[in-house]
Amino acid sequence: MRHTRVLALTATLTLTLSSCSLLGGDDADETSTSADTGATADDAATTSAGATVAPPADLGAVTLITHDSFTLPEELVSAFEEESGLELEVQTAGDAGELTNQLVLTQGSPVADVVFGIDNTFGSRAVSEGVLAAYTPADLPASAEEHLLEGGETMLTPVDFGDVCVNVDDVWFANNGIAAPQTLQDLTKPEYKDLFVTPGATTSSPGLAFLLATVGEFGPTEWQGYWEDLMANGAKVTSGWTDAYTVDFTAGGGDGDRPIVLSYASSPPFTIPEGGVQPTTRALLDTCFRQVEYAGVLEGAANPEGAQAVVDWLVSPEVQAAIPDNMYMYPVDSEVALPELWAQWAPLAEEPIVVHPGQIEAERENWLREWADVATG
Amino acid sequence: MTVTRRTRAPGARAAYLNGPALALGLAALLPVAFLAVFFLLPVGGMLARGFLPEGRLDLSGVPEVLGRARTLRVLWFTLWSSLAGTVLTVGLGLPVAFALYRLRFPGRALVRAVVVMPFVLPTVVVGVMFRSLLASRGPLGGLGWDGTWVPILLAFVFFNLAVVVRTVGGMWEGLDRRAEESAAALGATPFQVWRTVTLPALAPAVVSAATLVFLFCSTAFGVVLTLGGLRYGTVETEIYLLTTQFLDLRGAAVLSVLQLVAVVLMLAVAARTRAATETTRRRVGAKAAARTPRRHDIPALGVTALAVAFVLLPVGTLMVRSFRRSGRWTLENYRALGDPASTPALRVSVTEAVANSLRTAVDATVLAVVLGLVVAVVVSRRPRAAGWRRVVAALDGAFMLPLGISAVTVGFGFLITLDRPPLDLRTSPALVPVAQAMVALPLVVRTLTPVLRSVDPRQREAAAALGAAPWRAAWTAEGPVLARPLLAATGFAFAVSLGEFGATSFLARPDRPTVPVVIYQLISRPGVEHLGMALAASVVLAVLTTVVMGVVERLRVGSLGTF
Repeated sequence: MRHTRVLALTATLTLTLSSCSLLGGDDADETSTSADTGATADDAATTSAGATVAPPADLGAVTLITHDSFTLPEELVSAFEEESGLELEVQTAGDAGELTNQLVLTQGSPVADVVFGIDNTFGSRAVSEGVLAAYTPADLPASAEEHLLEGGETMLTPVDFGDVCVNVDDVWFANNGIAAPQTLQDLTKPEYKDLFVTPGATTSSPGLAFLLATVGEFGPTEWQGYWEDLMANGAKVTSGWTDAYTVDFTAGGGDGDRPIVLSYASSPPFTIPEGGVQPTTRALLDTCFRQVEYAGVLEGAANPEGAQAVVDWLVSPEVQAAIPDNMYMYPVDSEVALPELWAQWAPLAEEPIVVHPGQIEAERENWLREWADVATG
Repeated sequence: MTVTRRTRAPGARAAYLNGPALALGLAALLPVAFLAVFFLLPVGGMLARGFLPEGRLDLSGVPEVLGRARTLRVLWFTLWSSLAGTVLTVGLGLPVAFALYRLRFPGRALVRAVVVMPFVLPTVVVGVMFRSLLASRGPLGGLGWDGTWVPILLAFVFFNLAVVVRTVGGMWEGLDRRAEESAAALGATPFQVWRTVTLPALAPAVVSAATLVFLFCSTAFGVVLTLGGLRYGTVETEIYLLTTQFLDLRGAAVLSVLQLVAVVLMLAVAARTRAATETTRRRVGAKAAARTPRRHDIPALGVTALAVAFVLLPVGTLMVRSFRRSGRWTLENYRALGDPASTPALRVSVTEAVANSLRTAVDATVLAVVLGLVVAVVVSRRPRAAGWRRVVAALDGAFMLPLGISAVTVGFGFLITLDRPPLDLRTSPALVPVAQAMVALPLVVRTLTPVLRSVDPRQREAAAALGAAPWRAAWTAEGPVLARPLLAATGFAFAVSLGEFGATSFLARPDRPTVPVVIYQLISRPGVEHLGMALAASVVLAVLTTVVMGVVERLRVGSLGTF
């Protein structure tokens, strides 16, 4: 008996300890990937830079801190590392708000050298708290200038943008013989009772953007009344975009029963049915709030030159072109071609609703508390 | 050690607080240091930011935060929902533990596995599944529960059933049946037997389990947000909002302290209840204890069937939907998991994430089990001096604290305190298994301690008297009864690590995500293919965990009680 037990225990232990652990197993992986990427990076370096240059000396590691939705193709990252001689490490930190607040919290001892993903709703906080160092890329695309953050022009470099808009399920409205709504005000009309779902402003970035859209549309003292009407008209508030879109929305893949949802201007192309040619949903372009995402060098960065190189890279044509497919945002560089489906089915708002960033920073907390009182009871 | 009388363990038992006790104390330093660096330091750092904003003590936030109507509502909801969740889970868990650990029937292993599955499912996926079932057009939409507090309670039971079943089941499995049989033979009704013999024997394990469940419920986060639709904030969600969205560290610190006080009070009550009920038990092997079901077991089996149905409903929905895309049956969702190019939304394929998860889980499990074993051995000792007894009790409680404190507080605390040498660990990949081990550690301790405490110390003393060295005496007396619960604890720790999301999402490096992190990334994207992949990955995660736990439990560790 005892022998079996000892044997079994020894076996377990050996198995456990010998199977590669995260720390132990890594080294092997690391070498193999860097060898792989070396090859692809060479090609990329020649093609993207246009001329073959000797790779610069190893400039060490640069750390980029960004939000959860950041992703870029591996080839682009290796090409950047090859050209710059830097090793890019990426850290993620929740959504734009969490990211900004984390930077404020770790001010003076930042985790990273450079940030990407602070948006225009939190940009003023990052600027006024002094977590950013001044830097503007030399070849910032001209089309990016209209997206510069007021008061933060020297620190925050616009990288991409997108519109948060109310989306409607056209098929549902056609089947039910009702005309789809057009404006924010329409959502409070009786014919759209119990048809709208939105993620909450306190727990979701698009939710906050929608709150700001209503503030911008109705004014800082009137939006509360609008929200009361909206809630009285049966609007549903979920915690996140995911369950609003995939559970409650009629065209989000679930069996939802609400044909009006808060989402993005870029969402409709995803609802093109298999074998179909056009989306079954569209964004209401009079309801949009524009989100701009910025990059910036962090004050106290260990590798400021590396950080600047990352900001330059983010507005380079290669990265700009990769943004729509990878992060579902529109590149700030208007020279870059959009994916075909986007060009066709994901138009942007002509005149998005605007709220001044300084006002957002000053009032955000009050607005959120007031909103919570009205919308979440 | 063939016969051991049942005795109530008196406080003044001859303990060995001498040479071996010193060694034990030194061994305890390791987990204590772990707790200090990875829990007390970060939490302390966050509290200091909240209460000492300019380096001076500023308590003005206390009345201000406590005076908000919202705070009181949040506190009240947290308290009653966690209590109700705990009562429901224990109520359902006890009959299931009985059926799965005292009875022998075909398919028992499978049912055990099914019951554990929810424990590792990512909360956001379960939230979406619950909502799909309960939404007005869902299969259970007629109940009208969507957006009420009912689904929150159901989810508490769903996630924590495994904790009760396994903690209590592990204890129950090894209990000698003869005491119950004697009572029955002497004319006691089944209820009398349960109340006077079985329940007292199980009480410590039940209290342990209830404590854990309460802590899990009161710090539940994703599931409250998803199912409560923002209407039902808890202290945990409030701390999250205050910290990450408002950067109101003062408010967050006040709530964290409240949380801390509540948890300490609750642990003290639990420890008292446990101490009053702890007795040494005669333990036998699992084989000897389990029997085939009889007629009067039907209610317990019925409840078990109900529990399995309850667990399978969301899990089943998830599985069915993972095989569907655009109204057709397909394996597409699963095929996409192995292909890094299947979606630009992910940096690594899900298969790679599985490898990351497994590697991390191995580290976290080794850490949690080794530290947990040390802690369990130390806190199961009963020193003679009252002062030392209190130290031991405090130590016992201290390792439960991480479960009761907001993950956001700990996570942000890491960032502001572990930022300079020698503890410059903020970006270290080691933090992920460390954080996971912190969550698994209390489960390991709570699984092992009741068992260790039920061993009569005189067995050790007898062995020592016969000339065995202290460790040898402990090994002889406690090793055999410990083996099986230790395996259970290992499996549990592994499952915790595989399923952990809160801390992991905060700390995991994006190039090395674990499966729950990837699932979260997938489900946050537009497009049915992402939802489908997220569901398929959840199924893979659940099956993987179940298999690992099944294999661990199947390791035959001798048969107990036969020597």
